[in-house]
Amino acid sequence: MSDVLVVAEHRQDSLRDVSFELVTAGRNLADEMDGTLDVAVISGAVESFAEALSLDGVDRIHTVDYGDEFNHDVYTQAVTQLHDAVDPTVLLLPNSVNGLDYAPAVATRLGLPYVSDTVDVEWDGEGVVTVREQFGGKVETVVGVDDDAAVVSVRPGAYAPADTDGTASVVAFDAEIETDAVLTDVRGFEEVAGGDVDITEADVLVSVGRGIEDEENLDLIFDLAEALDATVSASRPVVDDGWLDKGRQVGQSGKVVTPDVYLAIGISGAVQHVAGMKGAETIVAVNTDPNAPIFDIADYGVVDDLFDVVPELIEQLG
Amino acid sequence: MKVLVTAKQVATVDDDDFEVGVDGVDEQFLEYDLNEWDEYAVESGVSFAEECDDDVEVVSVTIGPEQTEETIRMVLAKGVDRAIRVWDDALDEDALRDVETKAALLEAVAERESPDLVLTGVQASDDGLGATGVALAATMDVAWAAVANDVEIDADAETVHARRELEGGLEEVTDVALPAVLTIQTGINEPRYASLRGIRQAQRKEILPLGLDDLDVDATQLKRRLSVKSTRVPETTSTATLFEGEADETATDLAEMLRDEGVTAE
Repeated sequence: MSDVLVVAEHRQDSLRDVSFELVTAGRNLADEMDGTLDVAVISGAVESFAEALSLDGVDRIHTVDYGDEFNHDVYTQAVTQLHDAVDPTVLLLPNSVNGLDYAPAVATRLGLPYVSDTVDVEWDGEGVVTVREQFGGKVETVVGVDDDAAVVSVRPGAYAPADTDGTASVVAFDAEIETDAVLTDVRGFEEVAGGDVDITEADVLVSVGRGIEDEENLDLIFDLAEALDATVSASRPVVDDGWLDKGRQVGQSGKVVTPDVYLAIGISGAVQHVAGMKGAETIVAVNTDPNAPIFDIADYGVVDDLFDVVPELIEQLG
Repeated sequence: MKVLVTAKQVATVDDDDFEVGVDGVDEQFLEYDLNEWDEYAVESGVSFAEECDDDVEVVSVTIGPEQTEETIRMVLAKGVDRAIRVWDDALDEDALRDVETKAALLEAVAERESPDLVLTGVQASDDGLGATGVALAATMDVAWAAVANDVEIDADAETVHARRELEGGLEEVTDVALPAVLTIQTGINEPRYASLRGIRQAQRKEILPLGLDDLDVDATQLKRRLSVKSTRVPETTSTATLFEGEADETATDLAEMLRDEGVTAE
Protein backbone atom coordinates (compact mmCIF):
# COMPACT_ATOMS: atom_id res chain seq x y z
CA MET A 1 0.00 0.00 0.00
CA SER A 2 1.33 3.37 -0.92
CA ASP A 3 -0.18 6.75 -1.50
CA VAL A 4 1.30 8.05 -4.72
CA LEU A 5 2.91 6.14 -7.57
CA VAL A 6 4.71 8.09 -10.30
CA VAL A 7 5.77 6.56 -13.63
CA ALA A 8 8.92 8.12 -15.11
CA GLU A 9 9.48 8.76 -18.81
CA HIS A 10 12.63 8.35 -20.88
CA ARG A 11 13.67 8.35 -24.51
CA GLN A 12 16.92 7.53 -26.30
CA ASP A 13 18.82 6.74 -23.09
CA SER A 14 17.76 9.87 -21.18
CA LEU A 15 15.12 10.51 -18.55
CA ARG A 16 12.83 13.28 -19.75
CA ASP A 17 12.34 16.44 -17.65
CA VAL A 18 8.73 15.54 -16.93
CA SER A 19 9.96 12.60 -14.80
CA PHE A 20 11.57 14.99 -12.32
CA GLU A 21 8.55 17.30 -12.43
CA LEU A 22 6.29 14.37 -11.58
CA VAL A 23 8.47 13.61 -8.55
CA THR A 24 7.82 17.17 -7.28
CA ALA A 25 4.08 16.84 -7.92
CA GLY A 26 4.02 13.39 -6.34
CA ARG A 27 5.95 14.46 -3.25
CA ASN A 28 3.66 17.48 -2.69
CA LEU A 29 0.64 15.23 -2.97
CA ALA A 30 2.12 12.54 -0.72
CA ASP A 31 2.92 15.20 1.90
CA GLU A 32 -0.69 16.35 1.89
CA MET A 33 -1.72 12.73 2.42
CA ASP A 34 0.99 12.21 5.03
CA GLY A 35 2.08 9.32 2.89
CA THR A 36 4.66 7.63 0.74
CA LEU A 37 5.89 8.23 -2.78
CA ASP A 38 6.82 5.38 -5.10
CA VAL A 39 8.38 5.85 -8.54
CA ALA A 40 8.42 3.30 -11.35
CA VAL A 41 10.72 3.22 -14.36
CA ILE A 42 10.02 0.83 -17.22
CA SER A 43 12.32 -0.32 -20.07
CA GLY A 44 15.75 0.99 -21.03
CA ALA A 45 18.68 1.38 -18.65
CA VAL A 46 16.47 1.01 -15.58
CA GLU A 47 19.32 0.76 -13.08
CA SER A 48 20.99 4.03 -14.03
CA PHE A 49 17.56 5.67 -14.36
CA ALA A 50 16.73 4.47 -10.84
CA GLU A 51 19.93 6.03 -9.56
CA ALA A 52 19.03 9.39 -11.12
CA LEU A 53 15.48 9.15 -9.73
CA SER A 54 16.67 8.51 -6.18
CA LEU A 55 15.61 12.00 -5.18
CA ASP A 56 14.71 13.59 -1.88
CA GLY A 57 11.22 12.48 -0.89
CA VAL A 58 11.12 9.34 -3.04
CA ASP A 59 10.60 6.29 -0.83
CA ARG A 60 10.85 3.41 -3.27
CA ILE A 61 11.76 2.92 -6.92
CA HIS A 62 10.40 -0.01 -8.92
CA THR A 63 12.33 -1.05 -12.00
CA VAL A 64 10.84 -3.08 -14.84
CA ASP A 65 13.69 -4.36 -16.98
CA TYR A 66 11.93 -5.16 -20.27
CA GLY A 67 12.81 -3.81 -23.71
CA ASP A 68 14.56 -0.57 -24.56
CA GLU A 69 12.18 2.15 -25.66
CA PHE A 70 8.57 3.00 -24.87
CA ASN A 71 5.92 0.62 -26.17
CA HIS A 72 2.42 1.44 -24.94
CA ASP A 73 1.33 -2.18 -24.77
CA VAL A 74 4.30 -3.03 -22.53
CA TYR A 75 3.76 0.08 -20.39
CA THR A 76 0.02 -0.57 -20.04
CA GLN A 77 0.63 -4.11 -18.84
CA ALA A 78 3.54 -3.21 -16.55
CA VAL A 79 1.82 -0.21 -14.95
CA THR A 80 -1.42 -2.15 -14.42
CA GLN A 81 0.50 -4.92 -12.65
CA LEU A 82 2.54 -2.44 -10.62
CA HIS A 83 -0.67 -0.74 -9.59
CA ASP A 84 -2.06 -4.03 -8.32
CA ALA A 85 1.14 -4.67 -6.34
CA VAL A 86 1.77 -1.17 -4.98
CA ASP A 87 -1.90 -0.17 -4.62
CA PRO A 88 -1.50 3.62 -4.68
CA THR A 89 -4.33 6.05 -4.05
CA VAL A 90 -3.12 8.25 -6.89
CA LEU A 91 -1.26 7.11 -9.99
CA LEU A 92 0.55 10.09 -11.52
CA LEU A 93 1.50 9.87 -15.20
CA PRO A 94 2.97 12.41 -17.63
CA ASN A 95 0.62 14.15 -20.06
CA SER A 96 3.34 13.86 -22.69
CA VAL A 97 2.81 12.39 -26.15
CA ASN A 98 3.64 8.97 -24.71
CA GLY A 99 1.41 9.65 -21.72
CA LEU A 100 -1.44 10.26 -24.16
CA ASP A 101 -0.59 6.87 -25.64
CA TYR A 102 -0.97 4.77 -22.48
CA ALA A 103 -2.52 6.67 -19.53
CA PRO A 104 -6.15 6.31 -20.75
CA ALA A 105 -5.59 2.59 -21.37
CA VAL A 106 -4.20 2.09 -17.86
CA ALA A 107 -7.20 3.87 -16.33
CA THR A 108 -9.55 1.75 -18.45
CA ARG A 109 -7.86 -1.52 -17.48
CA LEU A 110 -7.87 -0.55 -13.80
CA GLY A 111 -11.47 0.71 -13.96
CA LEU A 112 -10.36 3.98 -12.35
CA PRO A 113 -11.38 7.57 -13.07
CA TYR A 114 -8.93 9.48 -15.23
CA VAL A 115 -8.17 13.20 -15.10
CA SER A 116 -5.78 14.33 -17.79
CA ASP A 117 -3.51 17.30 -18.42
CA THR A 118 -3.71 18.77 -14.94
CA VAL A 119 -1.61 21.77 -13.92
CA ASP A 120 -2.16 21.24 -10.19
CA VAL A 121 -2.95 18.13 -8.14
CA GLU A 122 -3.89 18.25 -4.48
CA TRP A 123 -5.42 16.15 -1.75
CA ASP A 124 -8.16 17.90 0.20
CA GLY A 125 -8.34 15.31 2.98
CA GLU A 126 -10.97 13.20 1.27
CA GLY A 127 -10.11 13.06 -2.38
CA VAL A 128 -8.05 14.30 -5.27
CA VAL A 129 -8.68 17.85 -6.46
CA THR A 130 -7.07 18.99 -9.70
CA VAL A 131 -6.85 22.14 -11.78
CA ARG A 132 -7.29 21.88 -15.55
CA GLU A 133 -7.42 24.41 -18.34
CA GLN A 134 -10.20 24.73 -20.91
CA PHE A 135 -10.58 26.56 -24.19
CA GLY A 136 -6.81 26.79 -24.67
CA GLY A 137 -6.14 28.32 -21.26
CA LYS A 138 -8.88 30.97 -21.30
CA VAL A 139 -10.67 29.24 -18.42
CA GLU A 140 -9.48 27.15 -15.46
CA THR A 141 -11.67 24.51 -13.87
CA VAL A 142 -11.23 22.83 -10.52
CA VAL A 143 -12.08 19.16 -11.04
CA GLY A 144 -12.60 16.81 -8.12
CA VAL A 145 -12.54 13.01 -8.26
CA ASP A 146 -15.21 11.05 -6.42
CA ASP A 147 -13.58 7.68 -5.96
CA ASP A 148 -11.14 5.89 -3.67
CA ALA A 149 -8.35 5.98 -6.24
CA ALA A 150 -7.53 7.85 -9.43
CA VAL A 151 -5.23 8.10 -12.42
CA VAL A 152 -4.06 11.66 -13.01
CA SER A 153 -1.81 12.94 -15.77
CA VAL A 154 0.24 16.09 -15.23
CA ARG A 155 1.13 18.64 -17.89
CA PRO A 156 4.86 18.83 -18.66
CA GLY A 157 6.29 22.06 -17.25
CA ALA A 158 3.55 22.50 -14.64
CA TYR A 159 5.89 21.67 -11.74
CA ALA A 160 9.52 22.51 -11.08
CA PRO A 161 11.81 19.49 -11.46
CA ALA A 162 13.02 17.77 -8.27
CA ASP A 163 16.81 17.94 -8.04
CA THR A 164 17.91 17.12 -4.50
CA ASP A 165 19.49 13.69 -4.08
CA GLY A 166 17.77 11.20 -1.84
CA THR A 167 18.07 7.65 -0.63
CA ALA A 168 15.24 5.67 -2.17
CA SER A 169 15.32 1.90 -2.06
CA VAL A 170 15.32 0.21 -5.46
CA VAL A 171 13.21 -2.88 -6.07
CA ALA A 172 13.16 -4.90 -9.28
CA PHE A 173 9.57 -5.61 -10.28
CA ASP A 174 9.02 -8.77 -12.26
CA ALA A 175 6.25 -7.76 -14.66
CA GLU A 176 4.77 -10.57 -16.71
CA ILE A 177 4.48 -9.12 -20.18
CA GLU A 178 2.09 -11.10 -22.32
CA THR A 179 3.69 -10.78 -25.76
CA ASP A 180 0.47 -11.82 -27.59
CA ALA A 181 -1.10 -8.63 -26.27
CA VAL A 182 1.68 -6.44 -27.68
CA LEU A 183 -0.06 -5.33 -30.86
CA THR A 184 2.25 -2.51 -31.89
CA ASP A 185 5.74 -2.80 -33.27
CA VAL A 186 7.81 0.30 -32.56
CA ARG A 187 10.35 0.36 -35.36
CA GLY A 188 12.38 3.38 -34.37
CA PHE A 189 12.69 7.14 -34.45
CA GLU A 190 13.16 9.66 -37.19
CA GLU A 191 14.02 13.33 -37.01
CA VAL A 192 11.64 15.55 -38.91
CA ALA A 193 13.43 17.01 -41.92
CA GLY A 194 14.54 20.48 -40.94
CA GLY A 195 14.38 22.26 -44.28
CA ASP A 196 17.02 24.80 -45.23
CA VAL A 197 16.90 26.96 -42.10
CA ASP A 198 18.10 26.21 -38.58
CA ILE A 199 15.94 28.37 -36.32
CA THR A 200 17.79 27.19 -33.22
CA GLU A 201 20.92 29.05 -34.37
CA ALA A 202 19.23 32.43 -34.94
CA ASP A 203 19.94 35.40 -32.64
CA VAL A 204 16.72 37.11 -33.65
CA LEU A 205 13.51 35.31 -34.60
CA VAL A 206 10.40 36.85 -36.14
CA SER A 207 7.76 34.25 -35.33
CA VAL A 208 4.35 34.18 -36.93
CA GLY A 209 1.09 32.62 -35.73
CA ARG A 210 -2.56 32.15 -36.61
CA GLY A 211 -3.07 35.93 -36.63
CA ILE A 212 -1.47 36.14 -40.09
CA GLU A 213 -4.75 34.72 -41.45
CA ASP A 214 -3.56 33.93 -44.96
CA GLU A 215 -0.51 32.47 -46.66
CA GLU A 216 -0.18 35.55 -48.89
CA ASN A 217 0.29 37.74 -45.84
CA LEU A 218 3.53 35.94 -44.95
CA ASP A 219 5.43 38.38 -47.19
CA LEU A 220 4.92 40.95 -44.47
CA ILE A 221 6.68 38.72 -41.95
CA PHE A 222 9.60 38.01 -44.28
CA ASP A 223 9.94 41.75 -44.95
CA LEU A 224 10.11 42.42 -41.21
CA ALA A 225 12.67 39.66 -40.77
CA GLU A 226 14.78 41.16 -43.52
CA ALA A 227 14.63 44.60 -41.90
CA LEU A 228 15.89 43.03 -38.67
CA ASP A 229 18.36 40.59 -40.21
CA ALA A 230 16.29 37.93 -38.47
CA THR A 231 15.06 34.42 -39.23
CA VAL A 232 11.36 33.55 -39.66
CA SER A 233 9.84 30.89 -37.40
CA ALA A 234 6.22 29.95 -36.72
CA SER A 235 3.70 28.50 -34.33
CA ARG A 236 1.85 25.29 -35.05
CA PRO A 237 -1.21 26.48 -37.05
CA VAL A 238 0.96 28.08 -39.74
CA VAL A 239 2.89 24.84 -40.18
CA ASP A 240 -0.28 22.68 -40.01
CA ASP A 241 -1.68 24.72 -42.89
CA GLY A 242 1.46 23.96 -44.89
CA TRP A 243 2.47 27.62 -45.27
CA LEU A 244 5.90 27.09 -43.72
CA ASP A 245 7.84 23.88 -43.32
CA LYS A 246 8.03 21.91 -40.11
CA GLY A 247 11.65 22.88 -39.51
CA ARG A 248 10.46 26.40 -38.67
CA GLN A 249 7.99 25.30 -36.00
CA VAL A 250 8.66 26.51 -32.45
CA GLY A 251 7.08 24.59 -29.57
CA GLN A 252 6.63 21.27 -27.86
CA SER A 253 6.46 19.24 -31.05
CA GLY A 254 8.79 21.56 -32.97
CA LYS A 255 12.05 23.19 -31.94
CA VAL A 256 13.12 24.73 -28.66
CA VAL A 257 14.72 28.09 -29.36
CA THR A 258 16.68 30.52 -27.19
CA PRO A 259 17.35 33.61 -29.30
CA ASP A 260 18.38 37.02 -27.92
CA VAL A 261 15.14 38.51 -29.22
CA TYR A 262 11.91 36.71 -30.09
CA LEU A 263 9.16 38.67 -31.82
CA ALA A 264 5.82 36.86 -31.54
CA ILE A 265 3.54 38.24 -34.25
CA GLY A 266 -0.09 37.13 -34.08
CA ILE A 267 0.76 34.29 -31.69
CA SER A 268 -1.60 33.74 -28.74
CA GLY A 269 1.00 31.84 -26.70
CA ALA A 270 -0.59 28.45 -26.10
CA VAL A 271 1.33 26.42 -23.54
CA GLN A 272 2.71 24.09 -26.24
CA HIS A 273 4.21 27.08 -28.04
CA VAL A 274 5.59 28.71 -24.90
CA ALA A 275 7.41 25.46 -24.07
CA GLY A 276 9.56 26.09 -27.14
CA MET A 277 10.46 29.77 -26.67
CA LYS A 278 10.26 30.78 -23.01
CA GLY A 279 14.05 30.67 -22.83
CA ALA A 280 14.41 33.62 -25.22
CA GLU A 281 16.20 36.53 -23.59
CA THR A 282 13.79 39.25 -24.73
CA ILE A 283 10.24 38.47 -25.85
CA VAL A 284 8.20 40.99 -27.83
CA ALA A 285 4.53 40.32 -28.64
CA VAL A 286 2.09 41.92 -31.05
CA ASN A 287 -1.46 40.60 -30.69
CA THR A 288 -5.00 41.96 -30.85
CA ASP A 289 -6.17 40.05 -27.77
CA PRO A 290 -5.04 41.78 -24.55
CA ASN A 291 -5.74 38.53 -22.64
CA ALA A 292 -3.56 36.38 -24.90
CA PRO A 293 -1.23 34.32 -22.68
CA ILE A 294 1.77 35.47 -24.77
CA PHE A 295 1.64 38.75 -22.81
CA ASP A 296 2.22 36.80 -19.57
CA ILE A 297 5.76 35.99 -20.68
CA ALA A 298 6.46 38.98 -22.94
CA ASP A 299 8.90 41.72 -21.92
CA TYR A 300 7.42 44.20 -24.40
CA GLY A 301 4.07 44.19 -26.10
CA VAL A 302 1.65 45.97 -28.37
CA VAL A 303 -2.07 45.20 -28.21
CA ASP A 304 -3.02 46.00 -31.78
CA ASP A 305 -3.59 44.55 -35.22
CA LEU A 306 -0.38 43.18 -36.70
CA PHE A 307 -1.48 44.42 -40.12
CA ASP A 308 -1.35 47.99 -38.78
CA VAL A 309 1.78 47.71 -36.64
CA VAL A 310 4.12 45.55 -38.75
CA PRO A 311 4.08 47.71 -41.94
CA GLU A 312 4.79 50.80 -39.81
CA LEU A 313 7.58 48.99 -38.03
CA ILE A 314 9.18 47.90 -41.30
CA GLU A 315 9.07 51.50 -42.49
CA GLN A 316 10.61 52.82 -39.25
CA LEU A 317 13.40 50.26 -39.41
CA GLY A 318 14.09 50.89 -43.08
CA MET B 1 -13.48 -2.20 -45.31
CA LYS B 2 -15.12 0.15 -42.89
CA VAL B 3 -13.76 3.22 -41.12
CA LEU B 4 -15.51 4.73 -38.12
CA VAL B 5 -14.64 8.37 -37.38
CA THR B 6 -15.59 10.15 -34.18
CA ALA B 7 -16.81 13.71 -34.74
CA LYS B 8 -17.38 15.88 -31.69
CA GLN B 9 -19.24 19.13 -31.67
CA VAL B 10 -17.24 21.45 -29.43
CA ALA B 11 -18.00 24.76 -27.81
CA THR B 12 -15.81 27.74 -28.60
CA VAL B 13 -15.60 31.10 -26.83
CA ASP B 14 -14.84 34.56 -28.12
CA ASP B 15 -11.44 36.05 -27.34
CA ASP B 16 -12.18 38.13 -24.29
CA ASP B 17 -15.91 38.60 -24.16
CA PHE B 18 -17.39 35.93 -21.90
CA GLU B 19 -18.44 35.28 -18.32
CA VAL B 20 -18.07 32.17 -16.23
CA GLY B 21 -20.38 30.55 -13.69
CA VAL B 22 -19.55 27.67 -11.33
CA ASP B 23 -20.04 25.00 -13.99
CA GLY B 24 -18.21 26.76 -16.78
CA VAL B 25 -18.59 29.46 -19.37
CA ASP B 26 -22.14 30.83 -19.55
CA GLU B 27 -24.09 29.22 -22.38
CA GLN B 28 -24.86 32.53 -24.09
CA PHE B 29 -21.15 33.11 -24.86
CA LEU B 30 -20.63 29.74 -26.50
CA GLU B 31 -20.63 28.91 -30.17
CA TYR B 32 -20.46 25.42 -31.63
CA ASP B 33 -18.30 23.86 -34.27
CA LEU B 34 -16.69 20.58 -35.34
CA ASN B 35 -13.64 19.82 -33.19
CA GLU B 36 -10.49 20.89 -35.08
CA TRP B 37 -8.69 17.57 -34.49
CA ASP B 38 -11.74 15.64 -35.75
CA GLU B 39 -11.63 17.61 -39.01
CA TYR B 40 -8.27 16.01 -39.70
CA ALA B 41 -9.58 12.57 -38.66
CA VAL B 42 -12.56 12.96 -41.02
CA GLU B 43 -10.22 13.96 -43.85
CA SER B 44 -7.99 10.93 -43.18
CA GLY B 45 -11.00 8.61 -43.44
CA VAL B 46 -12.55 10.22 -46.50
CA SER B 47 -9.31 10.54 -48.46
CA PHE B 48 -8.42 6.92 -47.68
CA ALA B 49 -11.82 5.83 -49.05
CA GLU B 50 -11.19 7.86 -52.21
CA GLU B 51 -7.77 6.29 -52.71
CA CYS B 52 -9.41 2.87 -52.48
CA ASP B 53 -11.95 3.79 -55.17
CA ASP B 54 -14.63 3.92 -52.53
CA ASP B 55 -14.49 0.29 -51.65
CA VAL B 56 -14.42 1.68 -48.12
CA GLU B 57 -17.37 2.92 -46.12
CA VAL B 58 -16.76 5.86 -43.79
CA VAL B 59 -19.21 6.22 -40.91
CA SER B 60 -19.10 9.03 -38.37
CA VAL B 61 -20.27 8.85 -34.78
CA THR B 62 -21.16 11.80 -32.60
CA ILE B 63 -22.32 11.78 -29.00
CA GLY B 64 -24.68 14.69 -28.59
CA PRO B 65 -28.24 16.01 -28.60
CA GLU B 66 -30.25 16.88 -31.69
CA GLN B 67 -28.60 20.29 -32.06
CA THR B 68 -25.33 18.54 -33.01
CA GLU B 69 -26.92 17.51 -36.32
CA GLU B 70 -25.79 20.78 -37.86
CA THR B 71 -22.19 19.76 -37.24
CA ILE B 72 -22.93 16.20 -38.39
CA ARG B 73 -24.31 17.50 -41.71
CA MET B 74 -21.02 19.34 -42.20
CA VAL B 75 -19.13 16.07 -41.69
CA LEU B 76 -21.41 14.31 -44.18
CA ALA B 77 -20.89 17.14 -46.66
CA LYS B 78 -17.14 16.48 -46.50
CA GLY B 79 -17.69 12.97 -47.82
CA VAL B 80 -18.56 10.73 -44.86
CA ASP B 81 -21.12 8.16 -46.09
CA ARG B 82 -23.49 8.08 -43.12
CA ALA B 83 -23.65 9.16 -39.52
CA ILE B 84 -24.66 7.83 -36.13
CA ARG B 85 -25.73 10.14 -33.35
CA VAL B 86 -25.76 8.73 -29.83
CA TRP B 87 -27.94 10.46 -27.30
CA ASP B 88 -30.10 9.67 -24.32
CA ASP B 89 -31.71 11.78 -21.64
CA ALA B 90 -29.63 9.84 -19.12
CA LEU B 91 -26.50 11.49 -20.51
CA ASP B 92 -25.40 14.71 -18.85
CA GLU B 93 -22.21 16.73 -18.57
CA ASP B 94 -20.94 14.80 -15.57
CA ALA B 95 -21.37 11.50 -17.40
CA LEU B 96 -19.66 12.77 -20.56
CA ARG B 97 -16.73 14.14 -18.56
CA ASP B 98 -15.93 10.58 -17.42
CA VAL B 99 -14.07 8.95 -20.29
CA GLU B 100 -15.26 5.48 -19.26
CA THR B 101 -18.82 6.52 -20.13
CA LYS B 102 -17.82 7.78 -23.56
CA ALA B 103 -15.72 4.67 -24.22
CA ALA B 104 -18.66 2.43 -23.24
CA LEU B 105 -21.01 4.21 -25.67
CA LEU B 106 -18.52 4.24 -28.54
CA GLU B 107 -17.59 0.62 -27.92
CA ALA B 108 -21.28 -0.29 -28.26
CA VAL B 109 -21.38 1.57 -31.58
CA ALA B 110 -18.19 -0.19 -32.72
CA GLU B 111 -19.68 -3.55 -31.82
CA ARG B 112 -22.69 -2.76 -33.99
CA GLU B 113 -20.62 -1.50 -36.92
CA SER B 114 -17.50 -3.73 -36.71
CA PRO B 115 -15.12 -1.16 -38.23
CA ASP B 116 -11.62 -2.21 -39.33
CA LEU B 117 -10.28 1.17 -38.31
CA VAL B 118 -11.47 3.84 -35.90
CA LEU B 119 -10.15 7.39 -36.27
CA THR B 120 -10.50 9.99 -33.53
CA GLY B 121 -8.94 13.40 -33.00
CA VAL B 122 -6.06 13.52 -30.49
CA GLN B 123 -8.17 15.71 -28.25
CA ALA B 124 -11.11 18.08 -28.21
CA SER B 125 -10.46 21.80 -28.32
CA ASP B 126 -12.90 22.59 -25.49
CA ASP B 127 -12.10 20.30 -22.55
CA GLY B 128 -8.96 18.79 -24.08
CA LEU B 129 -9.12 15.49 -22.18
CA GLY B 130 -7.23 13.67 -24.94
CA ALA B 131 -8.40 10.30 -23.71
CA THR B 132 -11.32 9.04 -25.80
CA GLY B 133 -9.45 7.22 -28.58
CA VAL B 134 -7.04 5.25 -26.42
CA ALA B 135 -9.70 4.49 -23.79
CA LEU B 136 -11.95 3.22 -26.59
CA ALA B 137 -9.18 0.98 -27.97
CA ALA B 138 -8.56 -0.46 -24.51
CA THR B 139 -12.29 -1.03 -24.04
CA MET B 140 -12.59 -2.70 -27.47
CA ASP B 141 -9.40 -4.64 -26.75
CA VAL B 142 -7.82 -3.71 -30.06
CA ALA B 143 -4.53 -2.08 -31.08
CA TRP B 144 -4.02 1.67 -31.12
CA ALA B 145 -1.60 4.51 -31.74
CA ALA B 146 -1.97 8.00 -30.29
CA VAL B 147 -0.93 11.30 -31.87
CA ALA B 148 -0.47 10.00 -35.41
CA ASN B 149 0.77 12.52 -37.96
CA ASP B 150 1.19 10.07 -40.80
CA VAL B 151 -0.95 7.03 -41.55
CA GLU B 152 -0.52 4.49 -44.32
CA ILE B 153 -3.11 1.73 -44.32
CA ASP B 154 -2.09 -1.62 -45.76
CA ALA B 155 -5.43 -3.44 -45.80
CA ASP B 156 -3.96 -6.63 -47.29
CA ALA B 157 -1.35 -6.95 -44.57
CA GLU B 158 -3.93 -5.85 -41.97
CA THR B 159 -1.43 -3.31 -40.73
CA VAL B 160 -1.24 0.45 -40.39
CA HIS B 161 2.18 2.04 -40.79
CA ALA B 162 1.93 5.11 -38.59
CA ARG B 163 4.14 7.87 -37.35
CA ARG B 164 3.56 9.31 -33.91
CA GLU B 165 4.51 12.94 -33.43
CA LEU B 166 6.77 13.05 -30.37
CA GLU B 167 8.22 16.13 -28.71
CA GLY B 168 11.10 18.13 -30.17
CA GLY B 169 10.70 17.32 -33.87
CA LEU B 170 11.05 13.58 -33.39
CA GLU B 171 8.71 10.94 -34.79
CA GLU B 172 8.14 7.36 -33.72
CA VAL B 173 7.71 4.90 -36.58
CA THR B 174 5.18 2.29 -35.54
CA ASP B 175 3.31 -0.61 -37.11
CA VAL B 176 -0.13 -1.25 -35.69
CA ALA B 177 -2.17 -4.40 -36.30
CA LEU B 178 -5.74 -3.94 -37.59
CA PRO B 179 -8.39 -3.57 -36.29
CA ALA B 180 -7.11 -0.47 -34.56
CA VAL B 181 -7.92 2.95 -33.18
CA LEU B 182 -5.72 5.85 -34.26
CA THR B 183 -5.83 9.31 -32.71
CA ILE B 184 -5.10 11.89 -35.39
CA GLN B 185 -2.93 14.97 -34.91
CA THR B 186 -3.55 18.29 -36.67
CA GLY B 187 -1.41 18.96 -39.72
CA ILE B 188 -1.56 15.32 -40.95
CA ASN B 189 -3.46 16.43 -44.07
CA GLU B 190 -5.36 19.37 -45.51
CA PRO B 191 -9.00 19.08 -44.44
CA ARG B 192 -11.28 19.92 -47.35
CA TYR B 193 -14.06 22.44 -47.39
CA ALA B 194 -17.45 20.99 -48.18
CA SER B 195 -18.39 21.55 -51.82
CA LEU B 196 -21.87 22.74 -52.79
CA ARG B 197 -22.48 19.31 -54.25
CA GLY B 198 -21.31 17.75 -50.98
CA ILE B 199 -23.65 19.95 -48.99
CA ARG B 200 -26.58 18.96 -51.22
CA GLN B 201 -25.72 15.28 -50.96
CA ALA B 202 -25.40 15.53 -47.20
CA GLN B 203 -29.07 16.41 -46.91
CA ARG B 204 -29.98 12.97 -48.24
CA LYS B 205 -27.52 11.01 -46.09
CA GLU B 206 -28.64 9.09 -43.05
CA ILE B 207 -28.13 10.27 -39.47
CA LEU B 208 -29.14 7.35 -37.29
CA PRO B 209 -30.09 8.28 -33.73
CA LEU B 210 -29.26 5.65 -31.13
CA GLY B 211 -30.17 5.64 -27.45
CA LEU B 212 -28.91 3.54 -24.56
CA ASP B 213 -31.50 0.81 -25.23
CA ASP B 214 -30.51 0.58 -28.91
CA LEU B 215 -26.91 0.14 -27.85
CA ASP B 216 -27.63 -2.31 -25.03
CA VAL B 217 -25.90 0.01 -22.62
CA ASP B 218 -27.32 -0.03 -19.12
CA ALA B 219 -27.70 3.31 -17.31
CA THR B 220 -25.61 1.85 -14.48
CA GLN B 221 -22.65 1.67 -16.90
CA LEU B 222 -22.59 5.46 -17.03
CA LYS B 223 -19.90 6.71 -14.66
CA ARG B 224 -19.81 10.21 -13.18
CA ARG B 225 -16.66 10.30 -11.09
CA LEU B 226 -15.28 13.70 -12.11
CA SER B 227 -17.05 16.82 -10.92
CA VAL B 228 -16.37 20.46 -11.67
CA LYS B 229 -16.12 22.29 -8.36
CA SER B 230 -15.49 25.76 -9.74
CA THR B 231 -14.56 27.65 -12.89
CA ARG B 232 -12.48 30.80 -13.10
CA VAL B 233 -10.65 33.03 -15.52
CA PRO B 234 -6.94 32.78 -14.70
CA GLU B 235 -5.39 35.98 -13.39
CA THR B 236 -2.99 37.58 -15.78
CA THR B 237 0.60 37.58 -14.61
CA SER B 238 1.86 39.93 -17.28
CA THR B 239 4.82 42.16 -16.44
CA ALA B 240 5.28 43.29 -20.03
CA THR B 241 5.94 46.90 -20.89
CA LEU B 242 3.01 47.71 -23.20
CA PHE B 243 3.44 50.38 -25.86
CA GLU B 244 0.23 52.30 -26.44
CA GLY B 245 -1.07 54.65 -29.09
CA GLU B 246 -1.64 54.60 -32.83
CA ALA B 247 0.24 52.06 -34.93
CA ASP B 248 2.86 54.60 -36.05
CA GLU B 249 3.58 55.52 -32.43
CA THR B 250 3.82 51.94 -31.15
CA ALA B 251 5.98 51.06 -34.17
CA THR B 252 8.36 53.91 -33.23
CA ASP B 253 8.57 52.59 -29.67
CA LEU B 254 9.15 49.06 -30.91
CA ALA B 255 11.86 50.18 -33.34
CA GLU B 256 13.63 52.12 -30.60
CA MET B 257 13.43 49.21 -28.21
CA LEU B 258 14.83 46.84 -30.86
CA ARG B 259 17.73 49.24 -31.56
CA ASP B 260 18.43 49.39 -27.83
CA GLU B 261 18.54 45.59 -27.82
CA GLY B 262 21.14 45.83 -30.56
CA VAL B 263 18.85 44.39 -33.23
CA THR B 264 19.27 46.10 -36.58
CA ALA B 265 19.90 44.93 -40.08
CA GLU B 266 23.21 45.94 -41.60
